[in-house]
This record gives sequence, C-alpha cells and structure tokens, in this order.
Amino acid sequence: MKVTVLVRPRDGILDPQGEAVRRSLAGLGYPAADVRAGKVFDLDVDVPDAEGARAIADEIAGKVLSNPLIEQYQVEVAG
Amino acid sequence: MRVGVVTYPGACDDRDALHALALVGAEPVRLWHADSDLHGVDAVVIPGGFSYGDYLRPGALAALSPVMECVRAHAASGRPVLGICNGFQVLTEAGLVPGVLRPNTSLQFRCLDVTLAVGRESPWLPGCAVGDELVIPMKHHDGCWFADPGQVAELEANGQVLLRYRENPNGSVGSIAGVTNRAGNVAALMPHPEHAVEELFGSTDGRILLEGLLQQAAEPVGV
Repeated sequence: MKVTVLVRPRDGILDPQGEAVRRSLAGLGYPAADVRAGKVFDLDVDVPDAEGARAIADEIAGKVLSNPLIEQYQVEVAG
Repeated sequence: MRVGVVTYPGACDDRDALHALALVGAEPVRLWHADSDLHGVDAVVIPGGFSYGDYLRPGALAALSPVMECVRAHAASGRPVLGICNGFQVLTEAGLVPGVLRPNTSLQFRCLDVTLAVGRESPWLPGCAVGDELVIPMKHHDGCWFADPGQVAELEANGQVLLRYRENPNGSVGSIAGVTNRAGNVAALMPHPEHAVEELFGSTDGRILLEGLLQQAAEPVGV
C-alpha cells in the first residue's frame, strides 16, 4: 500500500527555514505572508489492507519520521 | 578508567575525543555504532560530527543504532555518558536528555569560541561554582536547543541546566548550551570540550568536563 506521511513544524514553533523562504518570496514581490517548510515521505508499506498500512505508517511517523517536540504529522493512504 | 567513544558513519570528532581523553589520563576505547556491547567501558562519550549525514533530523538515525541500546542500559545503571554536539543531538533523539536541537535561528553554520556560564555546581564541572565562566569552541548549524516552556521550567527547578551561553549564538531557549538528565549522570552540550584541552589551541577549559566524566566513572551515582 502506498502511504504518504507529511511532517510539518508544530503550530507556533518558529520555522527559520520557512521564514527565510518567505523573505525571499517577498523580495521577488510575491504576497507570501507566511511560509512553513516541512517534509514528505512516500512509503510503500508491505501489507494488503489500507487500515493496516495506516496503523504502521502512523507508528513510523510518530516514532521515527517526526519529533513530537517540534513537529506534527499527517498520514494519507492512497485509495 | 576505560572510556568508550562511539564512532558512527559520519562522525568526525571521535578521534579528537579519544586523544583528549588520553590527555586527561583515561584509557580511550573505540566503539562502533553496530556494536552490541560496550567492551566493559566505565563511561561513554557520544562525539560530534554528522552521523548518518544528518539525514531525517540530526542524531535521529544514530539514536536508532544498535549500540544505543547498550548506551541506554549503561545510563540506566547510573554510569556517566557525555554527548558533544552531534552527540547532544543523538542523546535528545534517544530520549536520554531533554529537548531537541533545531537549526540555528540565523540558519548559519557558526564556528567560534563561546563563553559559557556555569549553571549549577555539578560533578560534571569539578571545582566550578555557579557563574564561573569557561571558554570552549562551538561549531554547528543545528544547535538551537528547544523545549516547551513547561519543560524548561521543570529543568530549571531540577537543576538540569549545566551551562549557558553568555551571548546566545544560535537562538537556544534560555541561552542553554548544556543539560543533564534528571539523575545527573548523562550530560550533553553543543560546544566541544575535546577541542579545548591543550594550551596551543587557546583554552584548556574543556578538560574540566572530561575530568568530571572520569571522576564519575570512578564513582557512579547508582540509580
């Protein structure tokens, strides 16, 4: 099963990388009021069912792919 | 005292740590990230560098390496562990010291001698009183220590803040440069004591931490 894990900075946490991108976009004249930079992980989980894949991806995302002190994650299972 | 220094793929300060430990009278022992035992060492140093290329998050993949299970058991038995720079990042990711290290707020790699204020009297800083200053070099891109306000208050109340920057070089919360675990036997800091052990390099203040490590190895706190 194909699963995508999105990892983002937690709300309210300063994101220096997003802020640097925002400044550059503003310099180009784009109306970018806020930019938050995160990561995308595309996983192929070797189980047959969507629910099983979600459970495994959820565990991986919480334990390894994100650090809960500063990041939040979202798991999306492809149809 | 036998002191192990763990080498990960991408570590770069492991040899300096081995050299510095020998200078303060330890018997340095090389450990490998894939080791399944600590070869009978009395203390462990997790050195600086860029373990696993800093992929995912600095220290995150090293924290999952086989040797870390042994380091956890070693720490749980009350024996000393010192994390330096990337070693600090590894120990936070392993949950052995509190907080997390984020990119410097400047987004710049910074390399300079920093003045550190002693935050507490500690076996890690033999002979030092609160407010004493040490000069030790730092060199990192991801040294901005962060924890929630509640956690920071808890650390302060428990006396787990070991060292603070006099001038904050990276945006760390509370100018915190080094912390310990609750029991006190695991310490970690971003500056590099192993680079400040010989007069030729401008400061020997780093010896204090390494001597503190050896003294605790001789008399573990016993958790």
